Amino acid sequence: MIGRAALVLFLALSSAALAVNPDEILADPAQEARARAVGRDLRCLVCQNQSIDDSDAGLARDLRIIVRERIKAGDSDSQIKDYLVGRYGDFVLLNPPFKPATWLLWLGPLVLAAIAAMVALAFYRRAGRRAPERPLSEAEKKALEALIKDQG
Amino acid sequence: MRHWKYILPLVIFAVLVGFFVRGLDLKPAEVPSPLIGKPAPALNLKPLLDTKPGLADADLKGGLVLVNFFASWCGPCRIEHPLLMDIAAKKIVPILGVNYKDKPEDAKAWLANLGDPFAKIGVDFDGRTAIDWGVYGVPESFLVDANGIILAKQIGPMMQKDWNERFLPKIKERSK
Amino acid sequence: MIAEIGHYALVLALFVALIQAVLPLVGAQRGDAAWMAVGSQAALALFLLVGAAFGALTYAYVVSDFSLANVAQNSHSAKPMLYKISGVWGNHEGSLLLWVTILAVFGLAVAAFGGNLPPRLKARVLSVQAMISTGFLLFILLTSNPFARLAQPPFDGNGLNPLLQDPGLAFHPPFLYLGYVGFSMAFSFAIAALIEGRVDAAWARWVRPWTLAAWCFLTLGIGLGSWWAYYELGWGGWWYWDPVENASFMPWLAGTALLHSAVVVEKRDALKTWTILLAIVTFSLSLLGTFLVRSGVITSVHSFASDPARGLFILAMLVATVGGSLVLFAVRGPALKGGGLFAPVSREGSLLLNNLLMSTAAATVLLGTLYPLFVDALGGGKVSVGPPFFNAVFVPLMVPMVLAMAVGPLLSWKRGDLAGVLMRLKLALALAAAAAALAWLVMGGQPKTLAASGGLALAAWLFVGTLVEFAGRLLLFRAPLAESWTRLRALPGAAWGMAITHASMAVLIGGITGSSAWMEEKIQVMKVGETVMLAGHEVTLTNVRDERGPNYLAQRGTFVLKKNGQTVVTLEPEKRSYRQPPRPTTETAIHTTFWGDYYTVIGDADGQGGYVVRLYFNPMVAWMWVGILMMTLGGIVSLADRRHRIGAPVRKRAAQPAAT
Repeated sequence: MIGRAALVLFLALSSAALAVNPDEILADPAQEARARAVGRDLRCLVCQNQSIDDSDAGLARDLRIIVRERIKAGDSDSQIKDYLVGRYGDFVLLNPPFKPATWLLWLGPLVLAAIAAMVALAFYRRAGRRAPERPLSEAEKKALEALIKDQG
Repeated sequence: MRHWKYILPLVIFAVLVGFFVRGLDLKPAEVPSPLIGKPAPALNLKPLLDTKPGLADADLKGGLVLVNFFASWCGPCRIEHPLLMDIAAKKIVPILGVNYKDKPEDAKAWLANLGDPFAKIGVDFDGRTAIDWGVYGVPESFLVDANGIILAKQIGPMMQKDWNERFLPKIKERSK
Repeated sequence: MIAEIGHYALVLALFVALIQAVLPLVGAQRGDAAWMAVGSQAALALFLLVGAAFGALTYAYVVSDFSLANVAQNSHSAKPMLYKISGVWGNHEGSLLLWVTILAVFGLAVAAFGGNLPPRLKARVLSVQAMISTGFLLFILLTSNPFARLAQPPFDGNGLNPLLQDPGLAFHPPFLYLGYVGFSMAFSFAIAALIEGRVDAAWARWVRPWTLAAWCFLTLGIGLGSWWAYYELGWGGWWYWDPVENASFMPWLAGTALLHSAVVVEKRDALKTWTILLAIVTFSLSLLGTFLVRSGVITSVHSFASDPARGLFILAMLVATVGGSLVLFAVRGPALKGGGLFAPVSREGSLLLNNLLMSTAAATVLLGTLYPLFVDALGGGKVSVGPPFFNAVFVPLMVPMVLAMAVGPLLSWKRGDLAGVLMRLKLALALAAAAAALAWLVMGGQPKTLAASGGLALAAWLFVGTLVEFAGRLLLFRAPLAESWTRLRALPGAAWGMAITHASMAVLIGGITGSSAWMEEKIQVMKVGETVMLAGHEVTLTNVRDERGPNYLAQRGTFVLKKNGQTVVTLEPEKRSYRQPPRPTTETAIHTTFWGDYYTVIGDADGQGGYVVRLYFNPMVAWMWVGILMMTLGGIVSLADRRHRIGAPVRKRAAQPAAT
């Protein structure tokens, strides 16, 4: 654990500089593009908050190669992710799946926005009740003018 | 309570602090294994030493075993090594060694130097077996029962405390 | 000896801070002018003492005094002088010392320039500042003493991580801290206002410049960090939604909201309670960042070595500072009543919308950053929240924000005319549509181009909308040019500042969109003499040779970039191996143009005469850096507004001597 704790201190960054290597790249550009997209969603476990695409750690490289092998073998993106989730758990996914444990995460921003909207609504409603000096609408102005004319 | 709105920020903050207090004791860098309680992945590795066999799936079906991933270049492996030697000497449970991404000659010298606690040692040269087992660094150890089910996992060096609290009770329970 | 003086100065500073925390506060309560006046003198003493401590540590770094544990761990005699000095704040203890030093500078600034503040307010502000100082000084002295001596000093130091030996990063932390700590001013003013039970336009006028200054520093600090990541890490990324980045981004979002809500308080005497809360939250988020980075609660790529004892201490400080202020808010907040009224469609309404979106954004970032902790603490296992999440939720929040940014400034106060404003923005709408269409056509209609087209349309909308607003102020093309010129010269700094910052946001969005959508990369093995095509240019590796730097060895590659056979530029990236600590780094070589950066990295030799190279074309990246610089500049211009100038009311008073 000691060694791993020390890892967190910048080391991950320093090794990050050379991620995807030429010898890993697939010949088929479409497959390679898929591998990149998948790689960006997978967390490099040893270096914490980096994707395997951004990391030079040995494990990240192994995982990149596995992703590419699976793509070549015809696996779908979700099959590849499932394979790794089966071994490392949801932790390996940088894009957390939508499930009970992450409902609050994914719906949170919506809830927050809704709260913000409600606060604004309440604010304006209260302001509306307190507003005695609301300017007159066109119709009201006309009505007022008509009244004045009548009296005058 | 007319002024509940003004108390709300304080309440939210208090909840956050609760999580932070809890968080100070958590290990955010440790990845729990989804394999616990599930059948151990395949294990077919060539032997490291001429004198000891390598590893095969059958090795996980004979009784309780401790599968330990180690490497000569790994500092923390040295920390747990005396404990592994002790476990082997007391014959508590056989230890199956998986030599992770190592040079065979280095591994041999390391074992000759520090002692060899392993019943069998397989060579995981490209680290594939480790990934199958959900290993993300060495050392890591798995306790596997006679049916090949993973009972417990240690991430990082096995310390006496971990061994006594999480591994020994399970071993005693099974060997009753 | 000097280190001991530094340590002693810190101890003395703690006592001075305690005096400054207590006496002025009590004095303000009792109306005792002498006790209140202690605040200013104490602030000066505190500054001198903390400054002395900071100077002592800097001196130890400059002369490489390895008998100090801190210097031995983080410096090395062969390091260039700039990095010896920046090494002072490149570690936990030193960075905390920088924190309190900056805190003392701000405290001194209140004492020195706060002559026009009501004495009670000033005394209370200084007292709150000193309370924060006390906490940090205790933290340093009890858990993180930078002056600890080693019994057996090593012959040389461990050195600073070579990645950090970089000009961009040398200045990144100081600016960041100037921002974080600068927000303590708004916080102290908010607490003082809560104690006093009064918030008015004058209060907002005092708070705004401080907040604005802090915001400028923070903007520049974040920008420097991002820029550093871009050119130093070697794969062209500039923002990773890492917890540490988020820790700096949350106060920025909250601070931006605060700047806008303070305008409403100043002009219309509304949103007072909300502004007070924002001031508290903004600084709280700064403190939270400190906690997250140093406690080990959240995993991050870059964080200080964590220590549970320190984590507990910062948490205690967080509870005291934030908890204390929120209790005060709960008790005194309801007393801050009323204010001007306005309709949803109005200038104030748009500023409120900004606040709601910014706060939601800040809360969202907080949620994403802390979510792994929440799940783990509740026994739900480990989850990761990475860039895909943040991008997915952040963009939808920013779109309405940017749409409104062009509209808001055109609305009048109290009640605006949305239809009329939209008529004035016809040009912006047309150009936005044109930008989107152009992007779509030029880049070929792929699905990912759709998002990029949208991004560029937003950028064009905001930029042109801002210009329309600015031109409107000058009555450009509606009045004679001479009159527009006169109006231009009379335009207040705040108007300039707003136009520049809003336009800078457009430039920034353009850069983010371009660099995210159309990046081109070539990762391959190249032999000397080989040529590859990159974004319509021929890139030839002409040479690779070894170089020797002051504390590293380097392998330097030479790339010649040609367009149609004409040499455009020669780029020389390096792969360096530092001696102490022994660690490789990549030094990219970048050719920046208006439309994009040609970004080259040289890697290891493959043993067969080839080298691993990474060549990128990163479109419009320079727009981001220009955008951030413009944003900072806009803040500074606004800060220079005469109405904000701290001495302005004093001069007014001096002009009417008869009154006193």
